[in-house]
Amino acid sequence: MSDDQHGHAPRSFWRRYVFATDHKVIGLQYFFTSWVFLLIGFTMVLLMRWELAYPGTPIPFVGRLISPLLAPGGIMTGELYNSLGAMHGTLMIFLGIVPLGFAAFGNYILPLQIGADDMAFPRINMASYWLYFVGGVLMLSSFILPGGAAQSGWTSYAPLAEFNPGQTTWLVSMVLIITSSLLGAINFLTTGINMRAPGLSLFRLPVFVWAQLVTSVLLLLAFPPLEAAAVLQLMDRVLHTSFFIPAGLVVLGTKVAASGGGSPLLWEHLFWFLGHPEVYVLLLPAMGIVCEIIAANTRKPLHGYKIIVYSMLAIGVLSFVVWAHHMFVSGMSPMLGNFFLVTTMIISVPSVAILTSMIYSLQGGSIRFSVPMLFALAFMPLFGIGGLTGLPLGLTVTDIYLHDTYYIIGHFHYVVVTGSIIALMGGVYHWFPKWFGRKMNDFWGKVHFWGSVAAMNGVFFPMFIIGLHGESRRLYDPTAQIHNLPAHYWHIVSTVSAGLLMLFQLPFIINVIHGIFWGEKTQENPWKATTLEWACPSPPPHGNFEKPPRVYHDPYGYSVPGYREDWLPQNVEWEGA
Amino acid sequence: MGGRMTTAAAVAAPPSEFRTGLTNAKLGVWLFLASEVMLFATLFTTYIVLRLGASEWPRGWEVLNVPLGFTNTLVLIVSSVTMVMAYAKCWDRDYKGFRIYLGVTIALGFVFLGIKSFEWAAKFRVHHFPSTSIYYALYFTMTGLHGLHVICGMIVNGALFVLSKKEWDHPLFMGRIEGSGLFWHFVDIVWIFLFPTFYLL
Ligand code: HEM
Ligand SMILES: [Cu+2]
Repeated sequence: MSDDQHGHAPRSFWRRYVFATDHKVIGLQYFFTSWVFLLIGFTMVLLMRWELAYPGTPIPFVGRLISPLLAPGGIMTGELYNSLGAMHGTLMIFLGIVPLGFAAFGNYILPLQIGADDMAFPRINMASYWLYFVGGVLMLSSFILPGGAAQSGWTSYAPLAEFNPGQTTWLVSMVLIITSSLLGAINFLTTGINMRAPGLSLFRLPVFVWAQLVTSVLLLLAFPPLEAAAVLQLMDRVLHTSFFIPAGLVVLGTKVAASGGGSPLLWEHLFWFLGHPEVYVLLLPAMGIVCEIIAANTRKPLHGYKIIVYSMLAIGVLSFVVWAHHMFVSGMSPMLGNFFLVTTMIISVPSVAILTSMIYSLQGGSIRFSVPMLFALAFMPLFGIGGLTGLPLGLTVTDIYLHDTYYIIGHFHYVVVTGSIIALMGGVYHWFPKWFGRKMNDFWGKVHFWGSVAAMNGVFFPMFIIGLHGESRRLYDPTAQIHNLPAHYWHIVSTVSAGLLMLFQLPFIINVIHGIFWGEKTQENPWKATTLEWACPSPPPHGNFEKPPRVYHDPYGYSVPGYREDWLPQNVEWEGA
Repeated sequence: MGGRMTTAAAVAAPPSEFRTGLTNAKLGVWLFLASEVMLFATLFTTYIVLRLGASEWPRGWEVLNVPLGFTNTLVLIVSSVTMVMAYAKCWDRDYKGFRIYLGVTIALGFVFLGIKSFEWAAKFRVHHFPSTSIYYALYFTMTGLHGLHVICGMIVNGALFVLSKKEWDHPLFMGRIEGSGLFWHFVDIVWIFLFPTFYLL
């Protein structure tokens, strides 16, 4: 039982919905907040996409609304482009996908799937959310604070970031956001390890829970180095130390007045020591969600449950020894490069194992093409493209050409948009009935699905082509370099698709809002699924289960021979199993 | 104070619903310490990398006050012992002894901070700031961060000192003392690394 369980839902509005300690309310707080950040980050990149397709022309409709300092006559300045780029990356990753995949889904679903009444530390849970919220609002408000928003990309490489105005706000926000994630990780691990229902041994845990636990370990051990690095960069900026400033650095023709002796390369190491585990933080919850959806919609147990679990654990370990594949061209020793090349090739094995298990799970199943299942099915090939295009980036020889081109932008967006986001959207359709006791509309769900999948490919596939032509990323005006001109029309394809992608989110947003208030009512277990979250009412009351559940089987008891139904819930005792 | 009769075992045993047999609080503290290890490990790595790349490095014993640093090391070690004693008294259900030992632990924290701020002030007087050199940057940042941890540990201990009036018999109280003790030992250990790193090497 959690440390401060009171048995009753708090009565006052503030304690119930704002400073809530119930994991379900906090999960939904994370859910709505992270979608808002995702939409804001998306809007920012739409402006950038206009600039990339039609450099130097006024942004239609909204250009005039932007302060003339940043966009005179509606034409975006280079500074604004840089700020939007840095904020887009930061918002999408740290304020969008992580809080959605990890904190929102994890908070709501993990305690239910292990049969717990709440998180281990409900008040710390509340603190996590509010740290995230304040950090996020501070990050966004940097646009109107003195110095403006950060301009050095989400990676904040030194020494550039040391001298950019606006970076200080970025760092302070990041420290808040990191602290929030650390508290969340401790909470998730303690809950998952210590509060499982009787009978729920580790190898009976649903894959989603495993995914969340491995993610928590990654956050727990990889975020502190970035927190330390952020503190050091903050020291450089505020107290004028030189942790990342080398001796004799000259900026704009003047020698920097600092003691020197620091190392810009150190920042890259510290950043990517977090950065690589971070990509698995973005991915693992998504994989967990896809596995849950597949099992429920193929009506058969997942193929290779143990392979999936061991692969996730392997990813967890290996993701700490591959970070420098982001730094092949930073001037590090080729010997070291070879080491990271090899580890990078090795870590692709468990990812492939998971994907293969997912595909095998379809074999012989009677697939129910529900909306969440469509998303899960789309995840497999599209994430596959993302993964496969990553291999040339992990091989030093090819990476020298591809590094910092649009090719890599294409690569990681395939992973993170057509991979993670697709899966997370599927998760919304899958668990929506649990959250609100109502269903989302199927038809509009399908419109959203087909429209988004088509548009996403339209946005990101051209980036591979543009990148192979040798065009650099982070360019304000690609047409300024003549070698970019032959492939430029692909930028227009990409921008138009991005606009369409935004358009296709409208049915989704309306569907969610409509579903919450007017959706078709459902009961406890609309998908006839086996895991514990379906064994309590929808939405679950404060304290979740009427009486603490007990677990008798593996998580995916579908089509068990001899049982009267084609699903055997984990908490139902049956002799034949 | 009623309920002085409760046996230690009844207070110490974690409720049976914890899967690992550890209380949530204890498990949580261990996990938290794991992340703290990564935090300080990063800073020590930074120290190594920057020192290896430096052309010259001051000798710690020439620029810092070794006797004071050594005294502070002793202060923290003793405070770790008194922390353990406070925990032991909690087991013995000896309320008075517990308050004394926890009080001494907190007081030793103040002594440590006092000495530390004296050392810092001495540096500021001769215009040695974090911006002076990479050595001082590391010194002030790392001892400063450690100092913050000392303050946090003292706040937690202080809170438990106050709470013990009301919650002495609470089934989770011992666990809280244990958790706070674990953290305090961690802070102590970090200093045991910091002292030779900056004063002796
Ligand atoms: C949804 C539609 C999205 C579109 C149209 C889009 C488009 C872009 C474009 C064009 C860039 C390159 C900017 C440049 O190099 O100048 C970029 C950068 C980036 N995007 Fe996205 N993106 C989207 C979603 C996401 C998501 C969901 C993530 C989440 C992880 C993400 C993470 C990033 C990162 C980290 C960068 C690099 C930023 C930097 O250079 O520091 N993007 N995006
Ligand atoms: Cu990586």
